[in-house]
Amino acid sequence: MSLPLIVLLPLLGSLIPMLSNNQHRTINAWSTALLPAIALGIVIAHAPGVISGEVYHFSVNWVPQLGLDLAFRIDGLSLLFLLLILGIGLLIILYARYYLSPDDSMPRFYAYLMLFMTSMIGIVMADNLLLLWVFWELTSLSSFLLIGYWSQQSEARRGARMALVVTGMGGLAMLAGFLLIGHIVGTYDMQTVLDSRDLIQADPRYLPALLLVLLGAFTKSAQFPFHFWLPHAMAAPTPVSAFLHSATMVKAGVFLLARMHPALAGSQLWLYIVTLTGLVTMIYAAYFALLKYDLKGVLAFSTVSHLGMITMLFGLDSKLAVAAGLFHIINHALFKASLFMSAGIIDHETGTRDIRKLSGLRHSMPMTALLAGLAASSMAGVPLLNGFISKEMMLTEALGTGILGGLAWLIPVLATIGSVLSVAYSLRYVRNIFFGPEAKDLPQTPHEAPFMMRLPMLVLVGLCVIIGLMPALMVTGLLDAAAQATILSPRPELHLAIWHGFNLPLLMSAVALAGGAGLYAVRRNLFNFQRQFPQRNALMAFEQNILRLLHGTQTAIDRLENGSLQRYMLWLIIAVLFLTGGGLLDLEQLQGPRQLQALDGLLIVGAAITILAGLGTAILHRRRLVSLMMLSVVGLMVSLAFARFSAPDLALTQLAVEVVTVILLMLALFFLPQRTPKESSGPRVVRDVLVAAGFGGVVASLNYALLTRPLDTISGFFLDNSVSGGGGHNVVNVILVDFRGFDTLGEITVLCIAAIGIYKLLNRLRLFMPSSDSEGRPWSKDLHPMLLGTVSQTLLPLALLVSVYIFLRGHNEPGGGFIAGLVTAVALILLYIARGVDWSQQRLSFNYQPIAVTGVAISALTGLGSWVFGHNFLTSAFGHFSIPYIGEVELATAMLFDLGVYLTVVGATLMILANLGKLTTRHRPSKENDKETV
Amino acid sequence: MEALYATVTGFLAASGLYLALRGRTFPVVVGLTLLSYAVNLFLFSTGGLTTNGAAVIQEGVSYYADPLPQALVLTAIVIGFAMTAFSVILAMRVRGDLGSDQVNDQREESKEDKS
Repeated sequence: MSLPLIVLLPLLGSLIPMLSNNQHRTINAWSTALLPAIALGIVIAHAPGVISGEVYHFSVNWVPQLGLDLAFRIDGLSLLFLLLILGIGLLIILYARYYLSPDDSMPRFYAYLMLFMTSMIGIVMADNLLLLWVFWELTSLSSFLLIGYWSQQSEARRGARMALVVTGMGGLAMLAGFLLIGHIVGTYDMQTVLDSRDLIQADPRYLPALLLVLLGAFTKSAQFPFHFWLPHAMAAPTPVSAFLHSATMVKAGVFLLARMHPALAGSQLWLYIVTLTGLVTMIYAAYFALLKYDLKGVLAFSTVSHLGMITMLFGLDSKLAVAAGLFHIINHALFKASLFMSAGIIDHETGTRDIRKLSGLRHSMPMTALLAGLAASSMAGVPLLNGFISKEMMLTEALGTGILGGLAWLIPVLATIGSVLSVAYSLRYVRNIFFGPEAKDLPQTPHEAPFMMRLPMLVLVGLCVIIGLMPALMVTGLLDAAAQATILSPRPELHLAIWHGFNLPLLMSAVALAGGAGLYAVRRNLFNFQRQFPQRNALMAFEQNILRLLHGTQTAIDRLENGSLQRYMLWLIIAVLFLTGGGLLDLEQLQGPRQLQALDGLLIVGAAITILAGLGTAILHRRRLVSLMMLSVVGLMVSLAFARFSAPDLALTQLAVEVVTVILLMLALFFLPQRTPKESSGPRVVRDVLVAAGFGGVVASLNYALLTRPLDTISGFFLDNSVSGGGGHNVVNVILVDFRGFDTLGEITVLCIAAIGIYKLLNRLRLFMPSSDSEGRPWSKDLHPMLLGTVSQTLLPLALLVSVYIFLRGHNEPGGGFIAGLVTAVALILLYIARGVDWSQQRLSFNYQPIAVTGVAISALTGLGSWVFGHNFLTSAFGHFSIPYIGEVELATAMLFDLGVYLTVVGATLMILANLGKLTTRHRPSKENDKETV
Repeated sequence: MEALYATVTGFLAASGLYLALRGRTFPVVVGLTLLSYAVNLFLFSTGGLTTNGAAVIQEGVSYYADPLPQALVLTAIVIGFAMTAFSVILAMRVRGDLGSDQVNDQREESKEDKS
């Protein structure tokens, strides 16, 4: 199938302009046009089939879990838009070649334009709601790039940002609507959704879904009250305005209305919201179009007004109204694109777009004047031009509607007023610029634009005339197919003709033409009337609102996140209390059915010591050294508790960690204040004690409840498989290095990262080093007592031997890499303490960072090694080997893993402590040796 | 015995939390360490309190201590050390760079500094 090519070719086309530079502008333009031209050819090849009623589909899975398929379709509606996008797109490429000045980067412009074209094609061809949304957001992004193309201009940047915010917001709302529809229907497939009208409209989620989808459509098509972004998007280069803001992007909104029409339309809700929004937009914008002085401003507001008219037609509950809307989409694209081009030519040739300065240009640029005049007449609805026919159809439908009951006459009256305004601003556009005396003081002397620049206009205006003269011949087939795709029911009977006889719509048209001319004649009064209103700049208001929003958010954040750790902690704990306390309340009784174990005297004494030491740590916390000593008592008692309850491994680990922790905290305390000042007020202490007591109570209750309930453990598996599967008798160690080796790998990685982080934190840290203790006594002169030095030096080999022993036996007896590493680290630290950093560093000239990193690497590689043998990550192997003199030894790959653990623990611990210790010596960073420590 | 064990855990948790709510760095670090003892004891007890259970696999022995919580707590102890070390060094760094050992952000002052 060639459907995906239609999307793909322009996408590839966005790369082509990048291949050439800014020099060969004509080559650049033609090569860019090549791929979209091929795509247009493919579309045209599909056209006969589509017009005869066929629908082409193409689909491949993209993200099936989300229901997102790469699905495309061509039906009548897609065809109509594809012809507009690709056809006008090609003309724009040609026009831009002459419009852009040599200073502008042409490759960049064309690349953005192609990207936009791709996303627009994607929207109209998407056969999946989510895919449609993806392309929808892509148009927002690429139009942001295009509007902000002259990024050196503040107006362009701000206009682009506003367009992105408004349409992007609408896109997100639309996504939410699509998700709701997807939930109602059960799929995002377009055809299924379109066929599920009754299902969708019977669902209570229909209302939010409809509102959200309409929000997307109205923001994109600049409907009131979201119209304000479009006039500011006029900061874009004029080819962009001609393409995006007349023919394509703003039409995406009305396209969405047409596309979703079979599924969403038909309800009272749709009828009122869509029709009235369109009507209000049409009149409101037409009025302002009459008042603008900027050529592009006039065109922008008139675009908003015409989009309002199309929206109104899609809202009306009539098949012919939909057909009229579709027809006007074509007509509007043709005359508005050519009008934008004329504005671009005038701007290009005269250097200004101000209507007050321009006058009498028909003398200097007669061709442009003729073409613009024809296009503007079409916009005004002058007979024999295409705009007249769709406007007649609109007026007919406005007359025939049953909406608003007794006030139904309002609709045709308002529609006629809209037409009057439309005639007036069209007349003003042509009369003021091209007629009257020739303007004198223009920035440039005007002359006719190059032929190739006028050619796109000529083609478009030619189409306007031909369609106006032969509507039935030119567009009936296309319109029929598009209307059928939009309504999904038998074709409405379309009678496109110039002459329908004398009837009410013709009278209304005549009224509009005459009224418009009259209004134009008295426009001065209107301008004077408007002067009494304060001028509001939508851009400024928008940015002020954004700033206000940011400010409000910042205030809210500041209030929540006020920088007080104490407060965060308090809220966190209170949340924990409520959640856990609530769970405990649900228990029938705290004590479970399990048999309680007997107490003995030793346990009571141990528990009493632990509790007292814990309380002492807290109560004496202002005397920091005492508090630290109390903490170490708790640590030792915890270690004993582990030993008491059959966990020798834990007892050993806790003991070693306790030593290291206390040394670390003492070193840190050396640099920190020795006492905590009394700061907390009485009420705060009471509050904290209450919270802490509540927390302790909850923890204790939970623990008791847990301990007294039957235990259902999965440890049987580990006990059964430890010897046979892991080759070790120490189950804890086997779990660490084998069964749950991945966890351990994570743990040592964290340890290593923490140590490296600490190393960086200590880097170049300059701290005040007290010369005396808190009581003012100077430090002892005997920094390194001989007795300690001798003992530690003697102990070192012994301790290392012990650690090797603990390491080796770890798989079968209590021990292992963690404990052995900690023992080694403690032994080395003892040496540092006894002999000082200088002495130790001369003898232990290791860098500890590589050791820790090597450890992690060894463990990880051991795990990876099992891949080599075709096993899962971290699968272990073991065997028994007989070594002379030593006897039978068991070797397991798990031991290699444990070696990694060992090295990491040694490296990390020493990295922390040795570097911290260094701060107390002459190695501490100062201004002189900054460079060395980097 | 279970009640006594739970009481100890509760007291340690309460003392640790009280310290963690203080306004200076050092007591907070000590409090977190104390809290981690309580957490470790709690976690350890999820396997039940086993007296005189075998720690390693032996022939003919069927009464073992639950090894899984032990393995978990063992790594928790080491990680707890890393966390204590990191937070205390962070406290030192804060004192070195800002000259204060308060845990609360001195936001107002720093704002004035900038202006």
